[in-house]
Amino acid sequence: MATTTVTYSIKPLRRTFGETLAIYTKETKYEFLKLMRTRTFSLSTIGFPVMFYIFFGLANRGTSMGGGVVATKYMLASYCSFGMIGAALFGIGVGLASERAQGWLELKRSSPMPSLAYLVAKCITAQAFGVIIVSILAALAVIFGEVHLTLRELGMLLGMAVVGTIPFAALGLLIALLVPANAASGVVNLIYLPMSFLSGLWIPIQYLPKFFKPIAPYLPAYHLAQLLETIFGYQGPAATSSHWLGLAGFTLLMLGVSWAVFHRTEQDA
Amino acid sequence: MVMDQVEVGTIEFVRNAAPIAVLDNVTKKYGAITALDGLSLVLRPGEIVALLGPNGAGKSTAVRLLLGLSSPSTGTARIFGGDPRVAETRTRIGAMLQVAAVPKTLKVKEHIDLFRSYSPKPLSVADIVRIAQLEGLEDRLFQALSGGQKQRLLFGLAICGDPEIVFLDEPTVGLDIEARRGLWEQIRSLAARGKTVLLTTHYLEEADALAHRIVVINKGKVVSEGTPREIKSRTSARKIRCVTTLSTAQIWTMPGVVDVRVSDGITTVTAGNVEAVLRLMLTWDEELSGLEIVSPGLEDAFLALTQGGR
Repeated sequence: MATTTVTYSIKPLRRTFGETLAIYTKETKYEFLKLMRTRTFSLSTIGFPVMFYIFFGLANRGTSMGGGVVATKYMLASYCSFGMIGAALFGIGVGLASERAQGWLELKRSSPMPSLAYLVAKCITAQAFGVIIVSILAALAVIFGEVHLTLRELGMLLGMAVVGTIPFAALGLLIALLVPANAASGVVNLIYLPMSFLSGLWIPIQYLPKFFKPIAPYLPAYHLAQLLETIFGYQGPAATSSHWLGLAGFTLLMLGVSWAVFHRTEQDA
Repeated sequence: MVMDQVEVGTIEFVRNAAPIAVLDNVTKKYGAITALDGLSLVLRPGEIVALLGPNGAGKSTAVRLLLGLSSPSTGTARIFGGDPRVAETRTRIGAMLQVAAVPKTLKVKEHIDLFRSYSPKPLSVADIVRIAQLEGLEDRLFQALSGGQKQRLLFGLAICGDPEIVFLDEPTVGLDIEARRGLWEQIRSLAARGKTVLLTTHYLEEADALAHRIVVINKGKVVSEGTPREIKSRTSARKIRCVTTLSTAQIWTMPGVVDVRVSDGITTVTAGNVEAVLRLMLTWDEELSGLEIVSPGLEDAFLALTQGGR
C-alpha cells in the first residue's frame, strides 16, 4: 500500500454552555441517586441527626434556656449543623476516598469528563442532603417541638444548608486526598464526632465543661452552628462576622492544602 | 451502524500510516522502582496490538502513560501527535481499566447515559447496548451484574464516545472461558469498525487469538515483537525427551541447556540449541532411547521469552 501521510491535529474541545450544563446536571443527578440508593449512607446520614434531635432536642420540649431561648429551637440549629456536616464529610470524604482507591476516579479521569464536574457534583449532592436533613428537622421541630418558625427563618435555614456545607465539603476533599480508603470512614468519625461535641452541637455550648469551651472558636462546626443560631437571634457573644470569617478562612485553607496535595501526587504519578 | 459486521480478516492495517500513539524510549520510575525501562511502542491505525507480559511487567504503566494519567520520567508519550495529558485528546480515546469497584447503586443505562454525556459525538444508547451485549440488562443495578456482565459494561463505557483508539487493560481478567470469548468477539468488532486497540494481557491465548501484533514485555522492556506466528517461531527453546543414563548434573554442563527434569524415568531437557545438545547426549550415552523432540507451545515460547529477559 502506498504511503499515506496522515497527520493528526487536536482540535480544542469547545463545549457549548448547554452541553457543559448537561454534563454537570447528569453528574450531579447520578451522584445523588447513587448515594440515595446506598442505604448505609442515606439512612445513617439522615437518620442520625433526626434520631439525635428527637432524643436530645424534642425531649426538652417546653424547656427554656433563659433569655427567651427555646431549647427545641436552639437545638434545631445545632442538629441541622450536625446533619449538614455529616452529609459533607461522609459523602465526599469517604465517597471520594473509596472511588479513588478502587480506580473508578482514574477511569473517569481518562474519559472526557471535565474534572471540575466530578467535584461540583459531589458538593451539590452534599448540599442537597443538607437541605433534606434541615427540612426534616424543621418539620419535626414545628410539629412536635412547639417551635414557631417564620418563613424567613425557614428560608435562611435552608439557605445555610447550601452555603454551610461548602467548608465541610472542602474538608472532606482533603481527607479523601490524604487518607487511605479503608481508613477514611474511621478518620471522618474521629474528626466529626469530637468536633461536633466540642462545638456544642450535641449539648449547647454553655452547658459544656468549662475547660472545653476555649477550643470551640478553633472549630469550623462551632462557627457554622453559631451562624444558624443567629437566624433565631440565639447567637453567643462573638460577632457574626467572626463566624463568617472563620468559615471562609477554613474553606480556603482546606482547598489550598487539597490543591497542594493533589498537585504533588500528580507530579509523582 | 452496520460496520461491525465487517469480517475482521478483511482489515489491512497500514504500516506506513502515521502512528496514532507512540511511546518513545520511555522510562518510568516510581521511587526506586523502575516500571518501564526504555520502552518504545508504536500503535498504527486499525491494528490490534497485544501488550503481553507477566504481572508487574509494566503493561498497565504503559497504558497509563498513553492515557495521560501519568507522565514519563524520561522519553516521550504521544497520542494523535500530541501530549496525552491534554484533555482534548480524551474525546477520541476509550479506556477500560482495571477497576476494583464501580458505583454499585447505579443502573446500567444510567452509567451509559452519564458517560455518553461527556462526548461530543457519542454512539447511540442502542448501539452501545448492542455492541457491548447488554440487552435486557439496562435497568439492572451494577451490583446485580455477574462478573462477565460487569466487564461488558466497562467495555460499553469505553466505547461510549465512539473513540478512535481503545485501551483495554486486562479486559478479561477473572472471567470464565465463555465470558472471555464473548468479550473477544466485541474486541474483534472494534477492529472491524476501524478502531485501533491496545490490549494488555497475561493470557497468551488471548494475545494469539486477538492481536495483529504482539509486543512481549518484561521488567519494563520489550523482549520480543511480531505477529503471533513470528513470536511463536522466534523462540528456539525446544524440549528433548528421552530415556538416558546421563545424570542431570552431566546434562547441565552442556551449553545452552535451560532446564533438566527427570520424572518416571524420562529425562526432559529444555535447550536453545537442541541439535547441539542432542549430539552431545548421543555421544555420551550410546544407550539413549525413546527420543522425542517437542516444539514449544505458545505458553513455552512466552516463558522462554520472558525468562530470557531476566
